[in-house]
Amino acid sequence: MFTLPSKFIRIEEAVSQIRDGAVVMIGGFGAPGTPFFLIEELVRQGPRHLTIIKNDANETGSGVDRLLENGQVDRIVTSHIGLNSNAVRMMNEGRIDVEFVPQGILAERIRAAGAGLIGFVTDVGIDTEVANGKQCVEIGGKVGILETALAADFALVHATRSDPFGNLTFSAAARNFNPIMAMAAGQTIVEAEECVGPGDIAPDHVHLPGAFVDHIIDMFELSEVSNVVGR
Amino acid sequence: MLLGAKESMLRRVAADIVPGMTVNLGIGLPTGVIQYITPGTCVCLHSENGIVGVAPTTPGDTPDRNLVDAGGAYVTNLPGAAFFDSAVSFAIVRSGRIDLTLLGAFEVSCHGDLANWKIPVKFTPGMGGAIELAQKSRRVGVITSHVDRKGNPKIVSECTLPLTARGRVSRIYTDMAVFDVTPTGLSLIDIADGISVRELRSATGAEFDVSALNPTTFV
Repeated sequence: MFTLPSKFIRIEEAVSQIRDGAVVMIGGFGAPGTPFFLIEELVRQGPRHLTIIKNDANETGSGVDRLLENGQVDRIVTSHIGLNSNAVRMMNEGRIDVEFVPQGILAERIRAAGAGLIGFVTDVGIDTEVANGKQCVEIGGKVGILETALAADFALVHATRSDPFGNLTFSAAARNFNPIMAMAAGQTIVEAEECVGPGDIAPDHVHLPGAFVDHIIDMFELSEVSNVVGR
Repeated sequence: MLLGAKESMLRRVAADIVPGMTVNLGIGLPTGVIQYITPGTCVCLHSENGIVGVAPTTPGDTPDRNLVDAGGAYVTNLPGAAFFDSAVSFAIVRSGRIDLTLLGAFEVSCHGDLANWKIPVKFTPGMGGAIELAQKSRRVGVITSHVDRKGNPKIVSECTLPLTARGRVSRIYTDMAVFDVTPTGLSLIDIADGISVRELRSATGAEFDVSALNPTTFV
């Protein structure tokens, strides 16, 4: 018999791999699924000139906004920042560069990278600014635009449960971008609310296979800062 | 917009949600429609953050921190609901499974053009899922205050702001009226109680036809 590898690591060690200039995907849609612990550690360690890929900018003072207000972010690729007035102000003042991507196209560009694809063709965004400067492609009489796959150096993921190999489950609307980002990064770091033994997540119930996961942080070990999980 | 007028508007929108539909409610005014859908209605609400089978919260519910709508407000789920990732959520949208999308607007034109994601220099929240929802849903309704905070019409003959989608809006709900977008322009179908057609014309930035006006006002 074999055993599957175990990927538990200390949060300091996992996050210390993220250096100045890194491209970092961060899961979450609003608060649910946002890896608040990993973000706090990234703030503490302080690498700068980051490119962040996240659906939204959380709310002022929370999540990704902690990185923005700490001056660690040069650029953010996102679909919507309207619930974070600080992010809107920093964009208007030219302190961060923001690339807006339609939400499902953002998801699909990430999914494409995670699936080992170079890009895909879609008619979403035709007649809008989104199509500006993009290559048009005609397939079977339909005109689309070429969207490129979007990968990252690191993905920071929040899961409800993880086993030692990194098989993950998510809860309700906290799944969102987490599994697809986990697939699309060179190094995927997971914070898990509960860590369980091998086989405790039935193979048919796994939401993301551990093959995509590099490092797992057991949030139980971090309980003194658990208040950051709340909204 | 007065609270009473907003409630009347949202109730009027909810009356157009018929049994069997799959509906997406956009961030802002549209998510408020959920409170006005008649309890017991057989309807499937999709939320782009990965839920089909959304239900409203009721007083006394313990909020689930993982169960919110796209705008971050707490919701619940119906028995038989499903959760999924963001790629699947937009596969549902792009493949045409959404019967009706309700969206907010910065501007909406008499041709059904919609602008709701970017006001250059001033305020750019981003499009979120609106471009796909507007381009790919079977029907698109806009819910908006009839005029902006300065009193300028939000219904215009041509949008000046960057578009979300061209020619996709089929119905416009405001606190003053309901219009259909037809191939020949706007058709007034409902008017709020106490509003005259003359008042409406002065608050609307596009011509509209009144021959289809429903004689019963909504209140």
